[in-house]
Amino acid sequence: MPGDFFFQALIYLTAAVVSVPIAKRAGVGSVLGYLIAGIAIGPFVFGFIGDETEEVMHFAEFGVVMMLFLIGLELEPARVWRMRAPIIGLGGLQVAVTTLAIGGIGLALGCTWQAAIAVGLTLALSSTAIVLQTLKEKGLSSTAGGRSAFAVLLLQDIAVIPILAIFPLLGAAGVDDGSHGHTWVADLPGWGKTCAVLGAIVAIVVAGRFLVEPLFRLIASTGLREVFTATALLLVIATATLMTMVGVSPALGTFLAGVVLARSGYRHQLESDIEPFKGLLLGLFFIAVGASIDFELIASAPGTIFGLMGALIAVKFVILFVLGRVFRLGLDQNILFAVCLAQGGEFAFVLLALADRSGILGTSTSAMLLVVVALTMALAPILLLINEKLIQPHVGTRERGDRDPDAIDEANPVIIAGFGSFGNAAGRLLIANGIQTTVLDNDSDRVDLLRKLGLRVYYGDATRESLLHAAGAEHARLLILALGQEQNRSLLATVRKHYPHLQVLVRAHDRRDAYELIEAGVEHVYRGQFHSSVRLGIDALRMLGFRGHQAHRAAQTFIRHDEASLRELARMRHDQREYINAARQRIRDLEVLLRGNLRERDRSEDAGWDATTLRTEFKLNIPIERGGKLAPRPDEADDGDDNGDDPQSDSPPRGSERST
Amino acid sequence: MTPTDRSRRKRVLVLFAHPAFEKSRVNRELTRAVTGLSGVTFHDLYEAYPDFDVDVRREQSQLVEHDVVVLQHPFYWYGTPPLLKQWIDLVLEHGWAYGKTGRALAGKFVFNAISCGGGERAYRPGGHNRFTIRQLLAPIEQTFTLCRTRYLAPFVVYGTHAIGEADLARHARHLASVVEAMRDGHFDFVRAASAEWMNRDLGDVLTGPAADALGEAR
Repeated sequence: MPGDFFFQALIYLTAAVVSVPIAKRAGVGSVLGYLIAGIAIGPFVFGFIGDETEEVMHFAEFGVVMMLFLIGLELEPARVWRMRAPIIGLGGLQVAVTTLAIGGIGLALGCTWQAAIAVGLTLALSSTAIVLQTLKEKGLSSTAGGRSAFAVLLLQDIAVIPILAIFPLLGAAGVDDGSHGHTWVADLPGWGKTCAVLGAIVAIVVAGRFLVEPLFRLIASTGLREVFTATALLLVIATATLMTMVGVSPALGTFLAGVVLARSGYRHQLESDIEPFKGLLLGLFFIAVGASIDFELIASAPGTIFGLMGALIAVKFVILFVLGRVFRLGLDQNILFAVCLAQGGEFAFVLLALADRSGILGTSTSAMLLVVVALTMALAPILLLINEKLIQPHVGTRERGDRDPDAIDEANPVIIAGFGSFGNAAGRLLIANGIQTTVLDNDSDRVDLLRKLGLRVYYGDATRESLLHAAGAEHARLLILALGQEQNRSLLATVRKHYPHLQVLVRAHDRRDAYELIEAGVEHVYRGQFHSSVRLGIDALRMLGFRGHQAHRAAQTFIRHDEASLRELARMRHDQREYINAARQRIRDLEVLLRGNLRERDRSEDAGWDATTLRTEFKLNIPIERGGKLAPRPDEADDGDDNGDDPQSDSPPRGSERST
Repeated sequence: MTPTDRSRRKRVLVLFAHPAFEKSRVNRELTRAVTGLSGVTFHDLYEAYPDFDVDVRREQSQLVEHDVVVLQHPFYWYGTPPLLKQWIDLVLEHGWAYGKTGRALAGKFVFNAISCGGGERAYRPGGHNRFTIRQLLAPIEQTFTLCRTRYLAPFVVYGTHAIGEADLARHARHLASVVEAMRDGHFDFVRAASAEWMNRDLGDVLTGPAADALGEAR
């Protein structure tokens, strides 16, 4: 019923709109906000939604599929290939060891060996959705712990394929895989299935390489925005369906498709088209997880359920921690890695249902495990929060370096937030010139190194006021913001509020970011790669035959014009602030810029070094010597002594006006 | 002492060029003497254009707004530091500063305020440097003459390697007096144009109250 649908939509959207901003403001992240919203509207609190949550969850799982597609888009094949050791080694060991451990416990508790294996495999998986979303929000995706977690999650998603195949074999009743409906390959022998999977992968790679780009070009040429969006969605859904049909996890399939398209020219467009759908569906998914927690069941056996929950988290944590040790993660990164994967995953919902149908597990057992998994998932963001606020400050890389307490109050004049490739160039220049510099960074390996070299380094989330305070922001003069875009913004807000005296120099990530920073009133804005790109342009001009100084001056002029246009356009954009799709706005900005460059191309600069007008004046003065010919083009007449035409041509009768 | 008529006051622009100002002792004192004076604009070229990217339009409009231009710089290989030469090359455009239609600077006064390591005796025929400072500045003199300005003898601080605090302070005071006297019209520009160097005898070029003040100081 449509009325029903709208009512449902109203409930879900209201819950999200109310709870997520509150959760964000409280600093606990959006995932927890969604989960709490789900619990609130679920059958056990307000009861707005009930039995249909399972359907909603199946539908919303598509958000996970989209998320993996987007993750794939950001990963080039070469990068995935470089990660093969952690994916296969760390990920494989995690799944194997955890399965054995949990299976062993199951056997000890009196399960059949089939049930023990099924439960072990199911609970070995973690929640891709929750972990990746939370890591991204906290800016931890690129830390050693975050990357290891991603590798393990990727392998788990791959592992789902054989797990789905094994379950029916374990089942006493021999029920077929019902959860994914019938597939094309159900009746094929083992080698046939393998061939089908390989075929599907080849199809995705080939289509991604050769078909998608022309297709998008065709669609883009229609100029119909919504058709492009529809095509992007179709691409994701078609991939997911194809993979499901050959019995592979759709998330894995779309991840693959994303990786294939990572180098496509339409990457950014795809990203901006899929992103909102992914966000909404993931939100829906988290809400559904929250709503599906069966509080009646918990109330009926709280001891057992919380005991299992605690045990599950503990077992996973210990195994992850040991593996992290083996793979040489630093203590704090290892804790992050272990904490963030110590929960059940969304695939458990599918696998438990399948185990139930296949008769591997009793209905009551699978229902109980379902609640345990949902609880651990809900707990995951909280555990990460505890790790961040309570554990990390005390382990391994400390927020504050080990120095004598007296030294802490003597503040350095400069604080650099973010010592990555951008921040460290500026920082090293300052340090090389004897400027005392304090560094804030959240990459523990880097922090340890810098501390070893005697720098004052604070470890942690630079956007926290307390960290700024500890770093001596009160007495510093300059703050260099070289963090990610979001973190720069939030740190900027903190600084404006608590340390208005600090002069800030901000790294802009691209032109858009620069516009927005300028709009926000930041005076000193530096675009990430602008100067090195211009530098490259100088060398290109020289290779094409420009003289060194000519190319250098051309670049100086270009930079001056570009800086001016940056500020002007930032103001113009402010006037016509309408929502335009990010990718399209980028193209529009580029168009404005290029038109400007083409228009101004012939504008003469450095007229003081250009003897054209002098020569004209000179010739008009003594026409006989040059036979009264028209002035030749300056470059033809040039004898290499441009400025040597001494300005001795006193008062010629007629001269040309300089047109500058 | 009569109060100077404000409208007749000359505006003075000090173009200062020193690539290593932070290491300079003499120019620190000289610049201190001329900064902050009313009616005097101090423009530090190496501070404004560290990358030699001289803003020609800005420089030209600034020139137009002044009556006296002081080129203050250390004497490097008998000439100006490179940025000041760059400034001359780019700012004094044909058709603006010289040439048939170039009259933007007509009638303005220009002189160099120079510090040099050699003593006064080194800068004369038969001396170590064989020429006087004024002779060595001929290219600049001719540049500004072609630009229809009136070029004055340089203000010179000789022997900077061995100069004492007291002498340095006196030179700084004298430079300030010269600039103020020009500003207030207590200055004999004709005599200053023909001198060998301007501060050889300030009594020759300062007039009225400025000359009186100098006399009192002596």
